[in-house]
Amino acid sequence: MAEGRDNTVLRFENVSVAFDDVLALDKVSFVLERGESRVVLGTAGSGKTTLLKTAVGLIRPDSGRVELLGHDISKMEESELYDLRSRVGILFQEVGLFDSLTVEENVAYPLRNQHTRQAVNSDLREQVVEALRFVELEHTLDKFPSELSGGMRRRVGIARAVVTAPDVVLYDSPTAGLDPITAYTIMGLLIKERDIRNAATVMVTHRYQDGQLLANFRYNPQAGEIEPASRNGSRADLRTKFMVLQEGRLVFEGVQEELEASTDPYVSKFVRR
Amino acid sequence: MLDFLKPPIQTFQDFFLLAGRALRTLPRRPHYGDDISLQMDMIGVGSVPIVLLVGFFSGAVMALQMSRALAQYGATGQVGQIVAITLVRELGPVLTSLLVAGRVGSGIASELGSMKVTEQIDAMRALGTDPVQKLVKPRLTATAFTLPLLTIIADFVGMVGGYLMAVPVLSLTTGAQYWNNAYRSLEYNDITQGLLKPFLFAIIIALVGCYYGLRTTGGTQGVGRATTQAVVVASIWIFVTNLMVTRIFVNL
Ligand SMILES: Nc1ncnc2c1ncn2[C@@H]1O[C@H](COP(=O)(O)OP(=O)(O)O)[C@@H](O)[C@H]1O
Ligand SMILES: [Mg+2]
Repeated sequence: MAEGRDNTVLRFENVSVAFDDVLALDKVSFVLERGESRVVLGTAGSGKTTLLKTAVGLIRPDSGRVELLGHDISKMEESELYDLRSRVGILFQEVGLFDSLTVEENVAYPLRNQHTRQAVNSDLREQVVEALRFVELEHTLDKFPSELSGGMRRRVGIARAVVTAPDVVLYDSPTAGLDPITAYTIMGLLIKERDIRNAATVMVTHRYQDGQLLANFRYNPQAGEIEPASRNGSRADLRTKFMVLQEGRLVFEGVQEELEASTDPYVSKFVRR
Repeated sequence: MLDFLKPPIQTFQDFFLLAGRALRTLPRRPHYGDDISLQMDMIGVGSVPIVLLVGFFSGAVMALQMSRALAQYGATGQVGQIVAITLVRELGPVLTSLLVAGRVGSGIASELGSMKVTEQIDAMRALGTDPVQKLVKPRLTATAFTLPLLTIIADFVGMVGGYLMAVPVLSLTTGAQYWNNAYRSLEYNDITQGLLKPFLFAIIIALVGCYYGLRTTGGTQGVGRATTQAVVVASIWIFVTNLMVTRIFVNL
C-alpha cells in the first residue's frame, strides 16, 4: 500500500485550470495525508468538481503539479493513469452510472476492468453483493439505474466507488439535490466507509452541515450507526480539515474552529447557514 | 485581430486529434466486438427501411425527369444509363449518407452527449476504459462498414424505381433494354467512386457525431445543441468531400 515517499496521498502545487476564459482553478496548493478527511466548500461554479477531476487526471492542469499516491500525474499518459486511478474511488456529482448496464454490472465494472485487480469471477459476485449490502441495496442487483431514485443511484455510485477498497475516496457533492433524510443516510455511508477502512476522504459540498457530520461523527460498529465522536472520548483521531474555494482560488484551509472563527465574508457565509 | 478565427481552428484541431486517436485505436485491443455488432445492427439494419424508401423514389423521379429531356433527342432508350450512372455516382452515396447523418450521426451525438453530461464518460475513464476505444471505435467501424452496403441497396432499389417508372408507367423502353443499358453503362470507375464516397462519408458521420457528443457541455440543452451541430457539420462535410472526390474521379 505504502508506495509514495511519505504519507502524502494527494498534493496540489500551484495548480491552475482554465476553460476558455474562465479560471476554474487558480494556483491551488494543498496536501492530503493518509487517513485524513477533507471537506471542500464552495458555491456553484467555484471549481469543486474541477478540483476532484484534476486530482485523478481527468482534467489536465494548465500549470502546476498534481501528485497522486506518490506519482506526478501532471504529465502522465492516460494509459499510465489507469493503474493509479484503480486505487482511487470516485463518486461523481451526476453519479455517472452506466445506464446500459444493471446495478450489478455497474458495481462489478471496476473489478472486471481494472488491470491491477485480477478478481476471480466467482468471488466477484460476492464482492459486488457485499458492496451493495454496504449501501443496503443488495436487492437491486438486476435493476437498471433508470429504475432507481436519485438517492439510490448515489448509493449505487458509492458502492461502485468503494468496491475495490481504494486508498482514497473522492465524493463530488454527494448530497446535492437530496432531501435531508436521504442526505443524512448518504453522509452516514461516507462516514462508515471512512471509519471502517480508514481511507483518505475528500468530500466536495456546498452544505456546511455535511462537513460538520464528516468532521464530528464516527461510525460505531457495535451499534451499526454513526454517533458524535466526542461521546467516546476525544476527537483527536478524526483529522478533518476544511477548504473553501472561491472562483477557483483556495481562500481558506483549516480545521472547523478556524473556519467558524473566520471573518472573511465569503467563508463565514457557509458556516452561518 | 484574427481572434474570430481561433474557435474554428481550435475545433478543427480538436477534431483531428480525436480522429487520430480513433485511428490509432483501430488495431489495438480490446476490440469490443459486442459493441461493434450492436452498432452495426442499429446503424446498418436500422437504416434499411428508410434507405429503401429514398432509393426507390429518387430512382423513380430521375427516370421521370429524364423522360422529357431524352424524348427531345429521341434517346429514351438511354434512360437506364442515366438512372444508373446518376444513382451510383451521386444520388446513392450522397442521399444515403445525408439520411444516415440525420439518423445515425444525431443518434451518436445525443447518446454520447448524454453520457458526457451525466459523467458516464468521466466514470469510464476513471474506471480504466478508454472512451475512444469503447465508444468511438465501434461506431466508426460499424458506420464505415455498413454505409457502403446501404448505398449498394439504395442504388439497386433506385434502379428498380427507375425501371418501374420508365417501363411499366411511361413505356420509354423495354425492360430488357433498360437493364442491359444500365448494366453496360457502369464502369469500374463509377463503382469505385460509388463505394469510396459512402466509406468516406461514414467516417465523417461517425467521427463528427462522436466529436460533438464527447465535447458536450451544459446539461440537456447541450445535448440538443450537440445533436444539431453534428448533423449540420457532417452534412456540410459530406457535400464538400463529395465535390473533392468527384473532381478527382472526373479527371481519371
Ligand atoms: N468542461 C468545461 N468547459 C467549460 N467550462 C467549464 C467546464 N467545466 C467547468 N467549467 C467552468 O469552470 C468553473 C468551475 O466549474 P466546476 O468545477 O464544475 O464548479 P463546481 O463543481 O464548484 O460547481 C465554472 O465556471 C464552470 O462554468
Ligand atoms: Mg460541481
